[in-house]
Parts: sequence; C-alpha cells; structure tokens
Amino acid sequence: MDEIVKTIGLKNNCTFCGVFRRQALDRGAALMRADKLVTGHNADDMAETVLLNILRGDIARLSRCTFIITGEDGPIPRCKPFKYTYEKEIVMYAYFKKLDYFSTECIYSPNAYRGFAREFIKDLERIRPQAILDIIRSGENFRISTSTKMPEQGTCERCGYISSQKLCKACLLLEGLNRGLPKLGIGRSRGLNSAKEDGEQRMLRSEVKGSNLQSKQCGTLDF
Amino acid sequence: MRLTLDGGLDLLCNSVKIHHVDVDPKTGEDKLSMRDLLSWIKSNLIKERPEMFVKGDSVRPGVLVLINDCDWELCGSLDAVLEEKDMVVFISTLHGG
Repeated sequence: MDEIVKTIGLKNNCTFCGVFRRQALDRGAALMRADKLVTGHNADDMAETVLLNILRGDIARLSRCTFIITGEDGPIPRCKPFKYTYEKEIVMYAYFKKLDYFSTECIYSPNAYRGFAREFIKDLERIRPQAILDIIRSGENFRISTSTKMPEQGTCERCGYISSQKLCKACLLLEGLNRGLPKLGIGRSRGLNSAKEDGEQRMLRSEVKGSNLQSKQCGTLDF
Repeated sequence: MRLTLDGGLDLLCNSVKIHHVDVDPKTGEDKLSMRDLLSWIKSNLIKERPEMFVKGDSVRPGVLVLINDCDWELCGSLDAVLEEKDMVVFISTLHGG
C-alpha cells in the first residue's frame, strides 16, 4: 500500500486498498478451498456504509450493502455474522474476556469519506443509540425504482473475476498503476455506458502490453 | 487512582497505557467528578491530538469509559463521582478503514 500511495498520492487510497484487499481475500479463500468467507463487519460498519452510499448516490451498492449473505450463487458465499452487533459490545466483550484487542488507525485515511459518516453516526449513537440499528433497517428496506438501470454481473475479460464492467476494478486500477495513470478507474461514470468508462475499457483491451504487475488469471476460480 | 488508556489512546500519551495519578477536586469542591477528571487528563496527560480523546465537554464519541469495570453511562457519565481507589479505563473503538 505504501508503494501505491507513493504513486497515486493521498487521495483515493481507500479505492485501491479496498478493491485489492477484497480480491485478495476471495482468491486466498479459493486457494484454501474454503466453503464460506466470513468477515467481521459490525453494526456500526453497516450503518456507515448505508449512509455513505446514500451520500454518494451509489444506488447499486445501496441495494446490496445490507445483505447479510452475498455471493450465494458464487463458489464462496460471504457472510457478516456481526451485522447487528454494535462495535461497543464487541470492544467491551474483548476487554472483559481479555482478548487481544489491537486497534490501529489506517495511516492513509485521515480524510476518507467514511470518516465523516462515522463521526456523524457516533454523534447520533450518543443521543439515540438505536439509530444505528434503525439505519440498517432502513437500508434493508430500500427498494430500487424499476426505472433505474442497474449494472449486470459478468466476468472480467482479463482475469475472470466477477465484474459489472468488461474489466474488473482491480485490473483497471492495476493498469493505471503500471502506466503511471493514477486516476484510471477513479471517479464514477454517470450512467453505465458513459464515454469515460467506455474509453478506459476500450483502451485497455485493445492493447496487449507487457506490464510489471500482471493480473493473475483466476483459472481455478469458477466465478 | 489508576487510569488505563486502551485501544490506541496510549499513543496520545507517549505510549504509556497505565497512569497512576492523584487528582484533586476543583477548588471549592470536595468531590472529583468525571468532568473534572477529563479536563485534568486533557491538560496533563494528553501530549498530542487532543481531539482524538475529547470533544467539547466529554470524551470523543466512540471512546468507551469504564469506572471500576462498569460502563460510565450507568454511573452518571460526566457527573459520576470518583474516589481515590477507583480505576478508570478509556478504550477507543475508532480504528481501521
């Protein structure tokens, strides 16, 4: 991550880290022949995510972000058993059970957007603790208007990972890093067939260039 | 009394987690309240980034406070009265990305 930040600067760090970490988790799980992938997302995280997606107008994510199980049709379903558990409960539990609790603030996220959602939620929690669960419930009950165009899930042409575009985000970001184009894949295209996204995708697929960091084929992953 | 800073808060105090301190009540008062203790800590123990520990009158939202292993919200929060043998623990739950 240090290397990446050296290339892209101190903005959009979360995008790179999140995308790569997520794929790394999925691929690692596949290598270990795991059946399920379980993450430690807690109620606070879920509420933050719902708010974040509203603030950003990310309808696709908004519709999915409160699912407790995702990827059921895929090879390794993912689940968040702590979805309704408050962070406070978890910390208290760790403290009283004397579990190894380490907390490190990510050094690259001082101005991450999520931080603002978090701050807001924490202030809310102080006044009305149930707000966190209520936000999650609101998120669960969102229904997307039928006239909104939603992305379709396919596979990445380059590596085979699941993707709603021709190239998955990881391949896109990787290509940007290799070519010294730190903004490639950053920023949202308005509408699914916008010029920007199309342009980026076409440029990358037409050239068969050797890159320093290859996108590994997802050969054994039946995505 | 004994103060413990956990969950990364010790980084604000030169990485010292446990502090044995003697805090006197404010002049004119015979009891020490949590409110007073907080401002004492801010002035005397916190060496950097006080905004990570306090916000306004109270701790920053997201910092848990335990008085003798009991959630301070059950003891009166800022108005809780402290005694010499008390143990106060501050745990930050804010971390990660």
